[in-house]
Amino acid sequence: MSQQISVRIDGELCTATEGQTIFQVAQANGRYIPSLCHMEGLSSAGSCRLCLVEVQGIGRLLPACTTPVRSGMSVTTNSDNIGHNRLMALELLFSEGNHICAVCVSNGHCELQSLAETLGLTSVRFPYNYPRRPVDVSHPRFVLDHNRCILCSRCVRVCDEIEGAHVWDIAARGINSRLVSDLDRPWGESQACTSCGKCVQVCPTGALVEKGRAVEEMTKRNAGVTQLAAKRETHP
Amino acid sequence: MKKARLATMWLDGCSGCHMSLLDVDEAIIAIAQRAELVYGPLVDAQVFPDEVDVTIVEGAVSSQEDLEKIKHVREHTRILVALGDCAVTSNVPAMRNSIPVKTLLERIYIEGADVQKGIPTDGVPVLLKHAIPLHDVVKIDVHVPGCPPSAPAILFVLNELLDGRIPDLKSKVRFG
Repeated sequence: MSQQISVRIDGELCTATEGQTIFQVAQANGRYIPSLCHMEGLSSAGSCRLCLVEVQGIGRLLPACTTPVRSGMSVTTNSDNIGHNRLMALELLFSEGNHICAVCVSNGHCELQSLAETLGLTSVRFPYNYPRRPVDVSHPRFVLDHNRCILCSRCVRVCDEIEGAHVWDIAARGINSRLVSDLDRPWGESQACTSCGKCVQVCPTGALVEKGRAVEEMTKRNAGVTQLAAKRETHP
Repeated sequence: MKKARLATMWLDGCSGCHMSLLDVDEAIIAIAQRAELVYGPLVDAQVFPDEVDVTIVEGAVSSQEDLEKIKHVREHTRILVALGDCAVTSNVPAMRNSIPVKTLLERIYIEGADVQKGIPTDGVPVLLKHAIPLHDVVKIDVHVPGCPPSAPAILFVLNELLDGRIPDLKSKVRFG
């Protein structure tokens, strides 16, 4: 039996179970923490840096989704400093790729786009990178548009942890990082891919989409992944 | 009351933002009572006036001509508004940015042409290396994203500015 512990979230005393993350406890207690890479049912990656929070006694911001709660911990989920850093992380995501919302199949159904609206982002202060990135249309049913990938790694995790196929990985380093299938072969040539489409459904942007969709037509259903994960038997 | 002097400008965009401005329908009558449109594609003036209160600019900065225009506008405008995704993010015009200009023009005007092959140079402005957002080259006072921004959003911006306030667009607009 996991131990119950007490933590403070924005000054309020909350009960948590040992092993839970700050993100889970904050959410269970009605706090909104933005995130693009977190998905209930998948492991946490801490890659988007949108869920940064302050933990008393620690001199830097920590990602709420990868930081486990500890007894007596005091967490602040929103402040000027947190807001400043979250906005900066969001702007860097926009400036790094080629996110041209107006011509995107996911326009109006995109988590990156709607987070910008929620956080009140009306322009990006950093110069755009305008990278040259390919689009992989080799799969018969799906498209991978690297221009719109924010490297959240939800697809990597859902394919590995839920589907069990582990088609996706992140290759290279830093600004050159990119999503690859089957150790860098065209997606359509992947022998591991089962074409289940879970990666498409969990992708927060228009990076992984169904073929044949026009602008604004790509809606996603990712609740199924969380339900699948919850229904799994666990063998401790 | 003295009318505010309002101008609009069309750089590298599709004119959709100007269409959206006209989409405010009858509300434009109330705006016209408070502001005088002194320059832009919707009026006849040929020269940008010396003193303008608010200039609304649609489109990205893509050519040498765009660059000169926006710098001139900034010098003669009190409040400069970037209207729409092209002005705010460079949007669709930026889709050429990862291709060198020379390669791009050759592909279109030489490889892609059936007749009169050759890159036009006469009377057309020189393209910049990248199509860029306005705020890369001049100070912008208000960013209004959207492709296009909705008519209610544009009306809100105009009314706030005419009331002497800088509009707070948080959660009122979005990219795309």
